[in-house]
Amino acid sequence: MSMTDPLLSVEDIVVDFQTRAGKARVLDHVSLEVESGEILGIVGESGCGKSMTALSIMGLVPDPPGRVTSGSIRLDGVELVGMDHERLRRIRGKDIGMIFQEPMSSLNPVFTVGEQIAESVRLHENASPRAAMDRAIAMLRAVEIPEAELRARAYPHQLSGGMRQRVMIAIALACRPRVLIADEPTTALDTTVQAQIFDLLQDLQSDMGTAIILITHDMGAIAELADTVAVMYAGRVVEKGTVETVLSSPQHPYTQGLITCVPHLEPDPPAERSELMEIPGVVPALTDLGRGCAFAPRCRATIDRCGVEKPALLPSEDAHLTACWVAQGGAQR
Amino acid sequence: MTVEKRGNTLVVEDLKVHFGGGKSLLSGSRPTVHAVDGVSFSVPAGKTFGIVGESGSGKTTTALAIMRLVNITDGRITLGDTPISALEGEDLRAARRQFQIVFQDPYSSLDPRKRAGEIVREPLDLMQIGTHDERDAAVRDLFQQVGLRPEQRALFPHQFSGGQRQRLGLARALSTRPDLIVCDEPVSALDVAIQAQILNLMARLQRELGLTYLFISHDLGVVQHICDEIAVMYLGQIVEQADRRTLFTNPRHPYTKALLAAVPMVHGNQRDRRNRVRLKGDPPSPVNLPKGCRFASRCPLAQAHCHEQSPPLTTREASHKVACFLQ
Repeated sequence: MSMTDPLLSVEDIVVDFQTRAGKARVLDHVSLEVESGEILGIVGESGCGKSMTALSIMGLVPDPPGRVTSGSIRLDGVELVGMDHERLRRIRGKDIGMIFQEPMSSLNPVFTVGEQIAESVRLHENASPRAAMDRAIAMLRAVEIPEAELRARAYPHQLSGGMRQRVMIAIALACRPRVLIADEPTTALDTTVQAQIFDLLQDLQSDMGTAIILITHDMGAIAELADTVAVMYAGRVVEKGTVETVLSSPQHPYTQGLITCVPHLEPDPPAERSELMEIPGVVPALTDLGRGCAFAPRCRATIDRCGVEKPALLPSEDAHLTACWVAQGGAQR
Repeated sequence: MTVEKRGNTLVVEDLKVHFGGGKSLLSGSRPTVHAVDGVSFSVPAGKTFGIVGESGSGKTTTALAIMRLVNITDGRITLGDTPISALEGEDLRAARRQFQIVFQDPYSSLDPRKRAGEIVREPLDLMQIGTHDERDAAVRDLFQQVGLRPEQRALFPHQFSGGQRQRLGLARALSTRPDLIVCDEPVSALDVAIQAQILNLMARLQRELGLTYLFISHDLGVVQHICDEIAVMYLGQIVEQADRRTLFTNPRHPYTKALLAAVPMVHGNQRDRRNRVRLKGDPPSPVNLPKGCRFASRCPLAQAHCHEQSPPLTTREASHKVACFLQ
């Protein structure tokens, strides 16, 4: 491993699914990288490949019908694609932790939350049951659950939604993973609880130096938490860069749409209300993507080339990457 | 389509909805959940009234009570000349054509075995509105009105996207030509890019048909965009109410301030957010309500007397009402 290798790098990963309607390319040459102590945000609508990117990093792409066709995923220089299942199982949960959107359905209803946190410590670190439970209680304290000893004996249904998500975070972080993947971690929660969870993720990340991949549809969450951001559309990364550059000068019309189509809270709202900018239409079916840019049918600024050739992800003026012919300077080739 | 002016106004007076209570077979007396506990507001015709709050604040129960879909414990609801809360049986059923609802989840709120055209037509059939041919024509018009193609009437709900399903939900609600549409988190289940399509459609329909909306949401950005007046609910009560500009430029209740501070801002500053008001913990249980202000246990400003006495909702200036001793 050279000094310049990022902690986790996803390179040109391609995932295909066999469906009744034909082959669907759900990830099309996706490349991402995240460093220790950094938060990478992935945004896009449902069906754009955000969660599939997470599953491919975890080695959890359902096979069949899915298949990692090509590409490379390296953690600290170690190749994860094609690794045997037993070794991958030891990395999952230990080096890469994951928290899911719906904490209630991801927790086991018949075990106490303490047992569920202790389980991963026992499995991955061969800790004694006693030591594992001590760690579980320490983790509950770390995620700011009051009366941790008492709560460790509670079952998931006895906790509120926010507390359950804290338990999920405690499970994911119990083995001090180097990478934490958070897939829409606050979508099911109230905004006030979401703010608490965001604070917690940021604190834990700066304490432990964990790299976080935050998957979300909320540009606000990206603005508040992430250092870098990748915008995904129809299985491809269409824009990528630091949060400041992407949010202050979005180049791809899809990114621009994602930012302007949401009514953002204004501290001083204008008296006159304007129509919201719409992104017309819906995400295309991945089985019948044409030759051109997948976003072209919904795009307001297309040129001829958009319909016939997929744009590559290339640097724009301020050094962030955009896959858009128009943003890259138009029709000249 | 011409603009129709309708005079009807929704008036809600001291609405209470309590669940449970009484005796249970096994454990003696059952606890009472004070889901809505003395809520009053009115909505002028053609305007949008928003209710915001966390889960458990009673905002959805308020909506369901106005729709007469939960039993009202106490209070009065009138829509124009119609005493919604006093109607029963066939009178209530007949009055329902004046007030309709759009639900949050466009997947579970449409019958999967019915074709889209039948779903939109069903209220017309149930209410015996118009002749057979008139109902057909009405459904065709409704499809166009909400941005669907008339030939899509033959499709089943699973053949529509989430946004299209919510358009169907709107068409169904519009079919009886209601005065009031209660919208319970109508865009929360939709993808971000689709939310704008539905919100713009709702605004257009309101302009064209003079509709009155009661808009329930936890998303303050959406509420700020679409509502004329907004009430903030906490544990079954309104803690602050104001017109749109006043509420967001001059929030006075500490709970409103905390709600606003919790919203992630796209153009905010990462360093600023750690200095904002943060609410700790979850709301107290609506079963064992505290004696004083219900927000006192989470309030960063609470004083001793806040825990003893409950602050009434009082008018401060113009249309701004606040329930807090300190503001």
